[in-house]
Amino acid sequence: MQNGKKLVLGVIGADVHAVGNQILNHAFREAGFDVINLGVMVSQEEFIDAAVESAADAILVSSLYGHGELDCQGLREKCDEAGLTGILLYVGGNIVVGKQPFEEVEKRFHNMGFNRVFGPGTSPETTIQALREDLLGQ
Amino acid sequence: MHPVLTIDFGSTYTKVTAVDTASARVIATAQDFTTAATDLSEGLASALAKLEGKTGALDYQARLACSSAAGGLRMVAVGLVPALTAKAARFAAFGAGAKVIATYAYEMTRADGEAIARQQPDIVLLSGGTDGGNRAVITSNAKVLAKVPGDFPVIVAGNRAAQDECADILRAAGKPAYVTENVMPTLNALNVRPAQEIIRSVFLERIILGKGLSREMALVDGILMPTPAAVMAALTLLADGTPEHKGIGELMAVDVGGATTDVYSIARGLPSAPTTLLHGLREPYVKRTVEGDIGMRYGAAGVVQAAGLDVVVEVSGLSKDVVQDLLQRIHEDASLLPQTEELEALDFALAVLAVRTGLLRHAGTLTQVYTPMGAVFRQEGKDLTHIAKLIVTGGTMIYSKRTQEIMAEALAVNDPAALLPKTPEILVDDRYILASMGLLAGYDQTAAFHILKEQFGKDVNHAAGQ
Repeated sequence: MQNGKKLVLGVIGADVHAVGNQILNHAFREAGFDVINLGVMVSQEEFIDAAVESAADAILVSSLYGHGELDCQGLREKCDEAGLTGILLYVGGNIVVGKQPFEEVEKRFHNMGFNRVFGPGTSPETTIQALREDLLGQ
Repeated sequence: MHPVLTIDFGSTYTKVTAVDTASARVIATAQDFTTAATDLSEGLASALAKLEGKTGALDYQARLACSSAAGGLRMVAVGLVPALTAKAARFAAFGAGAKVIATYAYEMTRADGEAIARQQPDIVLLSGGTDGGNRAVITSNAKVLAKVPGDFPVIVAGNRAAQDECADILRAAGKPAYVTENVMPTLNALNVRPAQEIIRSVFLERIILGKGLSREMALVDGILMPTPAAVMAALTLLADGTPEHKGIGELMAVDVGGATTDVYSIARGLPSAPTTLLHGLREPYVKRTVEGDIGMRYGAAGVVQAAGLDVVVEVSGLSKDVVQDLLQRIHEDASLLPQTEELEALDFALAVLAVRTGLLRHAGTLTQVYTPMGAVFRQEGKDLTHIAKLIVTGGTMIYSKRTQEIMAEALAVNDPAALLPKTPEILVDDRYILASMGLLAGYDQTAAFHILKEQFGKDVNHAAGQ
């Protein structure tokens, strides 16, 4: 059953981890979302262009190579500039280098404008549930 | 004998070709100046008189014509994101043989509407949003277009969900509106054919009447398409072949004119290495780009702007003062012919740089990205490095004695990021048959294919050894 909500999905920056991206793509589709999957090595501009053109409800950014913090900086501000005011932004994966307390990492990404932050090992079901809460009020 | 006449109303010359489809050969060609200012039939009559002088009287079974006279098919392309639907709309227009005189992205302004009012395009192609995607921008742009004075037709080929509303807005303002499938129904996926078919039928129904191409013209059965569309049809037939005959495979073509430079590729252009990732809009197999500011005369200033004066000086081998002086003379008189050695040298440089600029803007790019997993490559656009045949057409290149030299120099781009053909064989359209064969393809595909293959499909290495 399609739920009518549109997600832009991709792995940001110079990150080529394709497997997790495919798993998320299938899991979100299976859960009824319309997924626009941009694949790997996606720039901030590509996320934004895709969301503008398709009137997406959320942008889901993956990062698995530890440079996520640098890659994600300014994404919220650019969304605002592009007219995607208030669009839901999620980020997940191995988004920072080294063993840092997740709470601190989460806080930093919240401050960057991400609505939700998911750490390593998050199952797709967790994210799907969050999407349902945020987009469908379930 | 089954004689067929093809006519190409160019901006400068009207070119006529007599073909015998029974024996699949070109009987003769002739040309004379196009008389766009008065009625095209005058120039046609004198070109035909010349042709008849060569062939004797022939009882033509069909008369097929294409035209790029009176500015060609002038279109405005409108989209949402520049790299997505605006680009898709441009692809659709170029692929239909049009000249894109302006492109607009995001919400259009009143000033944009005023600019269109001044330009009075033949057709506006309105796109924006994927199906079910953004509808606010295309609707807002329909409102801007509705306010522009003029009765130019608008083809609505954007977000399905907004098409009816856009058509209603335009029709209420007296604009003929044609609704068709989205040029980009889902992200990065092109769907240009339906829009191109509408462009072609609008061209047939409405445009030719306004360009001195009266339907009543007794000499022609009808103008079938814009000239670039005919060239594209010929190139595609040559590359792909017919159901019975194999084509010569993927190829490219370049046409350098006085004002513009057209580049064509009939090629998939997918990445050649498995470690290369393809990004952005998937480009069409039959791709045409037009550099509206790059040419030998009206477009000379554009060449200098694109390549830089220093490069023009270097390639021509002339001094800076001489180059500037000659450019000024070209600017003052666009009909200037290369009668001096100096002007010949400058024309060589202009041709080299026009071809190079056109090819660079047409071909894709490859960027090396260093990742923690090692170096990977990111490709945008088409990889044309493997293209083995590059056809050159257009007066400058056909009549130049240095065509091979021009092409070798144009392709000598020492930049691994540019996905240009590496060592293509350069084939010259020296009988000027591409547009003619594109027209003939719709009448007798097999004959057109055999004539094209005879011209371009020979094994040159083999022939040279004989």
